[in-house]
Amino acid sequence: MPAETSVEIRGLTKRFGDVAAVDGVSLDIRKGEFFSLLGPSGCGKTTLLRMIGGFELPTEGSIAIGGQDVTWAPPYRRPVNMVFQHYALFPHLSVGDNVAFGMRYKGIARADEARRVTAALGLVQLAGYEKRLPSQLSGGQRQRVALARALALEPEVLLLDEPLGALDQKLRKEVQVQLKHLQRSLGITFVFVTHDQEEALTMSDRVAVMNRGRVEQMDEAARIFERPATEFVAHFMGAANFFAARVSAVAADGVILALKAGGSLRLPGGAGALRSGEDVRFVVRPEKLDLRAHDLSRRGVPCVPVTVEDRVYQGVSTVWIVRDAAGERFTVYAQNEKPFEQDAGFGVGAKAFLCWNAAHAVLLGAGGER
Amino acid sequence: MKASSGEPRGRAGVWLALPTWAALGLFFLLPLFILFVISFGQRDTYGGLKPIADFGAYLASGKFLANYARSLHPIYLQIFWRSVWMAVVTTLVCLLVSFPIAYYIAVAAPVRRRNLLLGLVVVPFWTSFLIRTYAWMFILRTEGLLNRLLLATGVTHQPLELLYNNFAVLIGLIYGELPFMILPLYASLEKLDLSLLEASADLGAPRRSTFWRVTAPMTMPGIVAGIILVFVPSLGQFIVSDLLGGAKTILAGNLIQNQFAIARNRPFGSAVAFELTAAVLALLFLYALYTKKKGQDVLL
Repeated sequence: MPAETSVEIRGLTKRFGDVAAVDGVSLDIRKGEFFSLLGPSGCGKTTLLRMIGGFELPTEGSIAIGGQDVTWAPPYRRPVNMVFQHYALFPHLSVGDNVAFGMRYKGIARADEARRVTAALGLVQLAGYEKRLPSQLSGGQRQRVALARALALEPEVLLLDEPLGALDQKLRKEVQVQLKHLQRSLGITFVFVTHDQEEALTMSDRVAVMNRGRVEQMDEAARIFERPATEFVAHFMGAANFFAARVSAVAADGVILALKAGGSLRLPGGAGALRSGEDVRFVVRPEKLDLRAHDLSRRGVPCVPVTVEDRVYQGVSTVWIVRDAAGERFTVYAQNEKPFEQDAGFGVGAKAFLCWNAAHAVLLGAGGER
Repeated sequence: MKASSGEPRGRAGVWLALPTWAALGLFFLLPLFILFVISFGQRDTYGGLKPIADFGAYLASGKFLANYARSLHPIYLQIFWRSVWMAVVTTLVCLLVSFPIAYYIAVAAPVRRRNLLLGLVVVPFWTSFLIRTYAWMFILRTEGLLNRLLLATGVTHQPLELLYNNFAVLIGLIYGELPFMILPLYASLEKLDLSLLEASADLGAPRRSTFWRVTAPMTMPGIVAGIILVFVPSLGQFIVSDLLGGAKTILAGNLIQNQFAIARNRPFGSAVAFELTAAVLALLFLYALYTKKKGQDVLL
């Protein structure tokens, strides 16, 4: 869909000394979407966000917001507002004054300020809190004041730097839903930084997974989860089941892979740039793996013989840790959903077969060091 | 920093506060009280205190107020006035000069260089203040360093009269008090949450607005502490004005010192000293009232 671009980033690099915190990032953030920058700490996601906000200047590259180049503009000349990680509320000002802080610079009449403050606080369910000081609020309330303060200026893009990090688990879940709802109803572009993959999946339209200053994969949230492009993304999304194989034949409608651990499987779909004889790796998510007592390969289902190493009962599911002949480890999530059957009951040390649907095997691209 | 007035204090609190109160009483309140008593007396021929035979008659004669009455003579009022404006100018200049320095050390300078820079601020204390003030005489006098530099570079063709005037006294005061302004400012700037400055810029405030609306209010405790630490000693200074000032630049501090050391008029010296102390305490009290009214922490 040819949606309008809100933030356009080209070849953006930021070096601190010899270290490139952000390394040649290019991406387009669409107008009105909830876009997440996801990655472990130190991956450059916060530096990238701070460059969009104007708090860091890039070493190379350019940033345009709403078609205007703002690469070198100071923060107060950008049509963006930020919700800071620790909210950065002015402790000497009341909630109302915090929210009204920036209005005079946006050409909003003084007479209009009170009405807008009320509206912004209403948006985050804090109506009537104008006179309180930030120190009199709970963490969740402060977070909402920070949000109201940023939204009150009606920015084109709202930047959020791990704003839920300081909240407890239960509150986090609530705020995630509220944030997503707010974003949808206001139609403002949200750029959200987080290291929590679940949070990114819950709220985002699209996600860019970052590692070592680069974007490893940028796609819709569900595709990042289901079809990770690199080993790093697969790992980060909790799908660390890697299989080594060699391309044994390439056909028009699929690829035949010979597993290193023995057996072969046929991947449906185009071959892409794959060539016969090439070494590849693919990943299967833990919940897509099945532990069976019998080998199903003769029926066309890819299976690998494994030994059960550990078994962790988690109530609704059981986690199995298994190892193949080459010593590679795999994780299997099995839902404890069968009301009538008894659990297959593999004991630790038991022999079993690890089977999956070939359609769930995701070929990984090169690179992606972790 | 929350007010602790509501918290219950155990018996331990009383004991812990005792040394403070003892020191304050012994070294501040008691001497002040002695000054206060002496200030109502009269000097005898040899600089001691004249014994008072009949208290009733002495009080009735009104002579006990003679020292205070004398201190209101225009000659002395002129000295007080000079002390006040010089202390005000010293405080303002110190504040203007110190803020950028403290800001640089606390915020802008690389962290590893911070201690070195702070050390440089404190290093002058290793030398006696008296000697450092003498050094200024060498710099400022007619054939001193500064004049030679000005002549050599051709800025002037005649040596300037830099010493023994108000200018020299102000230079000495500002130089001496500067660290007492830099250090409290540094302490409060160092605690300043820089993300507040970023938030201000993010909300559209240009740098100057950020300074007045965020930086200044957030560092107000440091600013006030610096003002008090500089203004109060400046008001009572006598070494600087003694060495760098001429006969016309006597300050209240010199007046008091002269009464005790040279004129040997302890009652009059005590009266002036008490007036000065009372004025400073009154100012601090007004400030405490003001902050209390605004519901802030009382600094004093």
